[in-house]
Amino acid sequence: MRLANRPLRLAACATAALLTAAVGCAPQDASPGGPGAAGPRQQSCDRGKLATVAHGRLTVGTDKPAYAPWFHDDDPASGKGFESAVAYAVARRLGYGKDAVDWRTVPFNNAFAPGAKKFDFDINQISISAARKRAVAFSSGYYDVRQAVVALKGSPAAKARSIADLRRLKLGAQVGSTSLDVVNDTVRPAQRPAVFQKNDFAKSALKNGQVDAILTDLPTAFYITSAEVKNAEVAGQFADTGAAHEQFGLVLDRESRITGCVTAAVDALRKDGTLAALEKKWLTDAVSVPVLK
Amino acid sequence: MSKLRTARDGADDGYVPSRRRIERERFRRARTRRATAVAALSTLVTAAVLYLVITRSPGWPRTRETFFSAEYAAKALPKVLDGLLLNLRLLVVCGAAVLVLGLLLAVARTLRGPVFFPLRALATAYTDFFRGLPLIICLLMVVFGVPALRLRGVTTDPVLLGGSALVLTYSAYVAEVFRAGIESVHPSQRAAARSLGLTSGQALRFVVLPQAVRRVVPPLLNDLVSLQKDTGLVSIAGAVDAVYAAQIIAGKDFNFTPYVVAGLVFVALTIPMTRCTDWVTARMDRRRAQGGLV
Repeated sequence: MRLANRPLRLAACATAALLTAAVGCAPQDASPGGPGAAGPRQQSCDRGKLATVAHGRLTVGTDKPAYAPWFHDDDPASGKGFESAVAYAVARRLGYGKDAVDWRTVPFNNAFAPGAKKFDFDINQISISAARKRAVAFSSGYYDVRQAVVALKGSPAAKARSIADLRRLKLGAQVGSTSLDVVNDTVRPAQRPAVFQKNDFAKSALKNGQVDAILTDLPTAFYITSAEVKNAEVAGQFADTGAAHEQFGLVLDRESRITGCVTAAVDALRKDGTLAALEKKWLTDAVSVPVLK
Repeated sequence: MSKLRTARDGADDGYVPSRRRIERERFRRARTRRATAVAALSTLVTAAVLYLVITRSPGWPRTRETFFSAEYAAKALPKVLDGLLLNLRLLVVCGAAVLVLGLLLAVARTLRGPVFFPLRALATAYTDFFRGLPLIICLLMVVFGVPALRLRGVTTDPVLLGGSALVLTYSAYVAEVFRAGIESVHPSQRAAARSLGLTSGQALRFVVLPQAVRRVVPPLLNDLVSLQKDTGLVSIAGAVDAVYAAQIIAGKDFNFTPYVVAGLVFVALTIPMTRCTDWVTARMDRRRAQGGLV
């Protein structure tokens, strides 16, 4: 009988140990605030001394391929291209020189996954929205976005002069993009829009005539028409949607303690004209493109 | 040992189990009860530990909010179901095409006689190539490559093209399954059929194939379930299936709940399919046991 009881007692002990481990030793949140608290504690923005993922270095995430004109030749570390330049400008503001910046490939869908982030901030043409703020933290906006329509030259889509003209067409946009929101919420086309994993697929579909037009942000539209699909043109751009105009922001972990510092850096760059200068240098001016009403 | 034999042999003639046997059976019943109780207890404890580990983990509130939000589930479900229509349509049409093409390929590979050598070689090359080619590459080639040729009269519809790519790849898998079934039928069956005067074709049609197909129903179902999940890959060309509908919402508002909804919908679809095949297999087995078929 004693022998028979041994496994039972062993199981009870193991259970007790497991329970203790589960309740007592569960990993605790690194930040004292934790989820549900008033908010993550801000730290002082001492130059080069932020609570970053890698001590003394700044890790910046973006997707691969990194598209022009936001990045140059799919190499974020080149410092060329608007977002690469902005990332380095922000880093410099925070006290990290070019050598102290590491780039990490972060697929768009991983940028907002819960759990510990492997980057300090992610820069990937991600628009700020209230719903998204429930999942991640954003810096203040570093770029005001306008959406544009790209169509093959001479096609009916290229002759569209109003949103109503677009409604009858087969439109395409990238998944997870605010371009797709514009298609669904502003244009509301009669045909179900095509949704692509990557802008590259959208471009192929446009070239093949599988869609009549695709929507992207304006700088990407210019890049597509000037370098990638030469027989396409930017048919028009959408007006700012009033008060809630769209901005790209840097994505941070919701519990990140450096959000305030990064936001302050972006604000300072906007104030001293750095952002405007970088925009002028890397992004085409959009004045000539007709606005679709 | 000898006692046991006596007990069994004397089952008819007023056998009274010995006290020792009654004792032993009582002991066994007690052990069974105890085993059941221990199993139930350990299951409960495991569930409790899992529950505590998950809900007490520091990230749980956030995980619940991002993966199990009722609000997003309600928002996603209609769109996911809408997308599921595309998956189902593709499954039915491609599934039928795959079964037919796969069977034809398998038969072509098992044909005897030197005349059929080119056919056999072609079928072998086909299965080798399309079974090895990653599905996603096959899809990209067909969906974006074929329209790029600008052939007159060839569709550019991503669903039709994507469906053909699925058929190309999956018929290669299914052909191998059918071939394995055909080759598992003992040669004596064919020999017996021929000696009864059936032609080679008749032997295949009436003797070999019915046995072969019955044997490969479970692996065929595997391929069908796999096809069901892969129908979503057609979305690479822009068509919106259930998973993609979920991804669109997830990407817009940065919440993963729609994926969970889509996943559950697929599981809910697979389980009845499996039970149905189990039923079909069991029915076929019963009929075979009665000697209804060869």
